[in-house]
Amino acid sequence: MHPAPSIIAFTTLSGLGFGLLFWLGLDATPPTGWTAFFFFLIGYVLAIGGLMSSTFHLGRPERAIKAFTQWRTSWLSREAWCAVIALVSLGLYALGLVFFSAHWAVLGWLGAVFCLATVFTTSMIYAQLKTVPRWNHWSTSAMFVAWSVAGGALLSGRVTVALVLIVVAGGLQLWWWQEGDKRLADSGTTLATATGLGTIGTVRAFEPPHTGSNYLTREMVFVVGRRHGRKLRMIAIVLAMLMPVLLLLAPFAHWLAAIAVISHVAGVAVARWLFFAEAEHVVGLYYGAREA
Amino acid sequence: MTTLPDSTTRKLGLVIDLDTCVGCHACVISCKGWNTENYGAPLSDQNPYGSDPTGTFLNRIHSYEVQPDTGPAQLIHFPKSCLHCEDAPCVTVCPTGASYKRTEDGIVLVNETDCIGCGLCAWACPYGARELDAAEGVMKKCTLCVDRIYNENLPEEDREPACVRTCPSGARHFGDFADPDSHVSKLSTARGGMDLMPEQGTKPVNKYLPPRPKDSWQGETDVLAPWLAPIDPEPQGGFLGWLDRALGKLPGDSAGKEG
Repeated sequence: MHPAPSIIAFTTLSGLGFGLLFWLGLDATPPTGWTAFFFFLIGYVLAIGGLMSSTFHLGRPERAIKAFTQWRTSWLSREAWCAVIALVSLGLYALGLVFFSAHWAVLGWLGAVFCLATVFTTSMIYAQLKTVPRWNHWSTSAMFVAWSVAGGALLSGRVTVALVLIVVAGGLQLWWWQEGDKRLADSGTTLATATGLGTIGTVRAFEPPHTGSNYLTREMVFVVGRRHGRKLRMIAIVLAMLMPVLLLLAPFAHWLAAIAVISHVAGVAVARWLFFAEAEHVVGLYYGAREA
Repeated sequence: MTTLPDSTTRKLGLVIDLDTCVGCHACVISCKGWNTENYGAPLSDQNPYGSDPTGTFLNRIHSYEVQPDTGPAQLIHFPKSCLHCEDAPCVTVCPTGASYKRTEDGIVLVNETDCIGCGLCAWACPYGARELDAAEGVMKKCTLCVDRIYNENLPEEDREPACVRTCPSGARHFGDFADPDSHVSKLSTARGGMDLMPEQGTKPVNKYLPPRPKDSWQGETDVLAPWLAPIDPEPQGGFLGWLDRALGKLPGDSAGKEG
């Protein structure tokens, strides 16, 4: 799949933002006043910034409001609803904390639940697609949620929780990569089933429909060079997991924590780039891609 | 609404005969022509006369080589357009309700005024049947020529999809699969019409007829063959033979070639 920068920025930043807001909503002794203001500001800038960047890949962004209508069937529509409910309820919750030092706990819990629901619905946009076997698994959602709450814990300064969750998320990520490499083969979809010609003999793509590229080849037949894939996985896991863990284990200092956060975000962004770049869409079979 | 109908009254679709298709791409051109000039946004091209032309098409023809265990390889031309699936994954993922499957005839359509161009339906389709138009920013797909098949302004023989109407080899057939006595249902049953990627669970309406088994050359030489005189490779005797030798002796032939 084509790793569009807008989508990578969206899933990385909004995942982190909703993770932070989740912890702020759950907090039994939340910050108040200016401290609360800055925490919520960071959460909202990340979450809304991510959502805004996701509209950049739309062909018709001016109609984006229509995406709220199909929550009965569409995960994308459900995501839109969850995000709005989370942001509105936590906005009111933040209003209480910042201006009135009032802790409206129930509103915070509601917001926290919908923060998780937003990240989950985002992940389901990908995990629901049978056409991309690498994504079509429950572990895709588990990984998205794990990175989100781990990053949120890190940003909100919960050192112990962050340590545990970052290791869990990193472990999930490694396992997801390893299993994901087998999923296209396990799906049973091949050029033989795609063309129905496998009963005659071995099928080979002989001529594509045209000499140039098209929307499908640009959007869905993209695969990164395997040799870089391995290296990028290492880079992602070092930046997203190992560096933050080492920095958190060191004696606490604000500048160390800041480096941990930056390293973590960069690592998750690299992992997200791979999430798209390595994903094989079955339509590539028709174009002679994906052959071993 | 992007909920799929439980059932449709009719199941309009195509039968594509892989035995008959000659790979001429006439259906590609007629499809592009009709759908650019009629219903919905035109199918745009980008840089059409440049070094890297690209554009939106609703129908594309691949060609595959199939190598059986024994015998020569076969070349099979493979037209591919929307299969108007009964369980169309492209419809349910749509966040705006722009994509829908019609209850009356099963045609999968896009309401272009509702489409936000998010591209998720194209991701959900295993067949590559949907393409986002780069000029219009909305999703384009085969409409089964919905503006031809019910169009009473057209002569009756033209009320079928443009690709079917234009196919010079009769490789494309249009009809109602819900009716077991229809031309397409009978054809599909008789020739073993197959689904593409059945494991994806999309239940495509369009059926593909597999190529018929090829003739074998073993033991099929004509009984009269031994009496057929071999064709004379060069004139050896008579007037033509003399002429050939005489002309060969004259100077003026291209360099290095004798006779």
